[in-house]
Amino acid sequence: MVQINLPKNSKVKKGIYYKDKTGSKNIRKVNVYRWDPSSGENPRIDTYEVDMDNCPSKVLDLLNKIKNEIDPSLAYRRSCSHGVCGSCAMNMDGRNGLACTKPHSEINGDINIYPLPHLKVKKDLIGDLSVLYKQYESIEPWLKTNKKIESTEIIQSKEDRAKLDGAYECIMCACCSTACPSYWWNGDKYLGPAVLLQAYRWIIDSRDDERKERLKKVADEFKLYRCHTIMNCTNACPKGLNPAKAIAEIKKMLATA
Amino acid sequence: MSSYKIIDHEYDVVVLGAGGAGLRAAVGLSEAGLKTACISKVFPTRSHTSAAQGGISAALGNMGEDDWRWHMYDTVKGADWLGDQDCIEYLCKEAPRAVIELEKYGVPFSRTEDGKIYQRPFGGMTKEYGNGTVQRTCAAADRTGHAILHTLYGQALKHNTKFFIEYFALDLLMKDGECKGLIAWNLNDGTIHRFRSHITIIATGGYGKIYYSATSAHTCTGDGNAMVLRAGLPLQDMEFVQFHPTGIYGHGTLISEGVRGEGGYLVNSKGEKFMERYAPKAKDLASRDVVSRSIAIEINEGRGIGKEKDHVHLHLSHLDPKVINERLPGISESSKLFANVDVTKEPIPVVPTVHYNMGGIPTNYKAEVLTVNGSEKTVPGLMAIGETACVSVHGANRLGSNSLIDLVVFGRAAAKRAAELIKTGTPHEKISESETEKCLERFDKLRNGNGENSTADLRLSMQKTMQSKCAVFRTDKTLKEGVEEIRKAFDGMESISVKDKSLIFNTDLVETLEFDNLIRQAITTMDSAYHRKESRGAHAREDFPKRDDEKFMQHTLSWCDGKETKIDYRPVHKSTLTNEVQYFPPQERIY
Repeated sequence: MVQINLPKNSKVKKGIYYKDKTGSKNIRKVNVYRWDPSSGENPRIDTYEVDMDNCPSKVLDLLNKIKNEIDPSLAYRRSCSHGVCGSCAMNMDGRNGLACTKPHSEINGDINIYPLPHLKVKKDLIGDLSVLYKQYESIEPWLKTNKKIESTEIIQSKEDRAKLDGAYECIMCACCSTACPSYWWNGDKYLGPAVLLQAYRWIIDSRDDERKERLKKVADEFKLYRCHTIMNCTNACPKGLNPAKAIAEIKKMLATA
Repeated sequence: MSSYKIIDHEYDVVVLGAGGAGLRAAVGLSEAGLKTACISKVFPTRSHTSAAQGGISAALGNMGEDDWRWHMYDTVKGADWLGDQDCIEYLCKEAPRAVIELEKYGVPFSRTEDGKIYQRPFGGMTKEYGNGTVQRTCAAADRTGHAILHTLYGQALKHNTKFFIEYFALDLLMKDGECKGLIAWNLNDGTIHRFRSHITIIATGGYGKIYYSATSAHTCTGDGNAMVLRAGLPLQDMEFVQFHPTGIYGHGTLISEGVRGEGGYLVNSKGEKFMERYAPKAKDLASRDVVSRSIAIEINEGRGIGKEKDHVHLHLSHLDPKVINERLPGISESSKLFANVDVTKEPIPVVPTVHYNMGGIPTNYKAEVLTVNGSEKTVPGLMAIGETACVSVHGANRLGSNSLIDLVVFGRAAAKRAAELIKTGTPHEKISESETEKCLERFDKLRNGNGENSTADLRLSMQKTMQSKCAVFRTDKTLKEGVEEIRKAFDGMESISVKDKSLIFNTDLVETLEFDNLIRQAITTMDSAYHRKESRGAHAREDFPKRDDEKFMQHTLSWCDGKETKIDYRPVHKSTLTNEVQYFPPQERIY
């Protein structure tokens, strides 16, 4: 029988309970994953009682309220606050999403907030995305063209340009890849939905002259074919994109090439 | 300060910031074979360039006749004649080439029927020197900034740019008035890094977060500007803060000017298309300062909408849903998310919201940083590009879609100039330890702050002061109060509290350092505004309603040591770069 040992620090402990100090009658409990690499301690779940009468509508507003008014040590990434930069991707109520676009009213009961699943945690809600970024580099996300015209644009029809819709909008938040069981299991070799969507974006760009080479590069039992059409990716995308379809399109192109 | 682990690096050039300008510079530097490091506090595609929506201006003439000279005239007029016309000439002349270059990099621009880059009308963009509108703003739907940023990051990868990501820059290393590099804190492992470089290029963006309500990202804290102030150098034209006419009421999310470009219009509570009164020719496509002031007047005179009569409506439901879907999908999404509005059926509630800083680090058109010491001088080893820079091409008011073009034109110019100035392999001079010590002393003092003032409270107090005392309309009274009040937030830093003492992803300390950066810029903004006793572009003084070319055809320079400022002026450049265009003398500015 194989003995599987989890590292000691994988056990999540009960953390600090922050009681409401405002006297508000409209309180919600927010449970947040905390881990500080400098402390040497196990991760814990801290609970914050938050006054909802003075809190705007999104989960990010809730976190900002905690950081500004209750506990400034809470660490998370955030920037644009309107769903275009992709910084505040996290797991809320068991689902991946952007804290800045997710209304807390959609969550029933206590609000549970964790980092994106299956990433190494750097601190609290901050996950390590370096593997995904390396994979992104590996698909060579730049236009490869042999055309030598200098002074004007490369002509692209409206129809060809429309093929990029649904792909170029990706904000690389990683909600999809970290929702994919296949990526959890083989994240080092399987490119995952986010990166494959980007690979697809360049494969179908009519201006690109290396479509065949790009296809060949991803046609690998791990890089591409670890997708088992579980569809969590499409379900998780906070931008309403469909990475599963893009992966299916790549497979189709390879099958019919 | 020996307790901090310091790691040394040597590069030809260090670029601080990885938004549109920083990435474009990094690409050019790598192409030129210079050993380049690009440092950023966020992963490059998280930079605020991603939030730019409507487009990037260039006189390509894809949608009818156009001329870079017309673009130049519009920019000069938009700037209310505070822009330096040699720099504006450079910007507008280089613009078409820069956009074509982006397209070659792979930017997914929207297309015309014949497959060229699609261009839309934008505020203040006209043909034949103010006679009719022109379609000059190149768009990738309403996600142009996102498309450009991601494409430029791809190019940087192609050129193997060396990135230092999630490093927070602390201070410049200066020696005898020259910049020798910078010091940064690696959030990933808590180490301190000292970068020595022949040239440092600052590309840290704007500082919108000195205000309470801004379209700016949480990270728009103008860190580079503050580093320049701490190095004893001045910032320029800080009083010129652009209020975008259409931020979503209550949330501040940007709604692109592209909406009005595609035919959207503003109405007040009486249902009047009020812009017809303020700008009979350009109407809703007058420049941003004009539209923002008009909205503010409508609200002040009781014609605002809502319970508090404090906003107006932006209509686009009359547009063809196909046009909305194809050209404005992003704002449809934002309106749904943040105003619960279906734009095909209902208007969007909007209000003028802080959006852009025309002011910043003074530079010439080669991106070299300027200071004044008797006369205009460059600061060896230091460059600035993008929103952090004040070239000045935007003068007193920037035209929409002129910021994205500014990023790539001057990003490229900086790389070109650096390649001219640096001989590869030149050894780095020794610098004294005192610079490092001074920097770490400030860092350590803030880190160990155990006082009673939280960073969040001090930031809020600063933001509320800026919002109430230095808004769309300003008077001697509000500014005088502001000059005093803003210093209280600065004094509060003496007993600041930082709860997290660790060094790895200590976002408590990051925000405290950002506040330290913001408050210096808030002070220079307030003081510069107080001293400019005229109305020009985005700086509207109720007590001095006219532009005063005799006294104030000058850039404000502000130095800041602690909370003490020194204000001085330098004349606006009154000549063009070449004979291909003549200087546009000041006129009355009517749209």
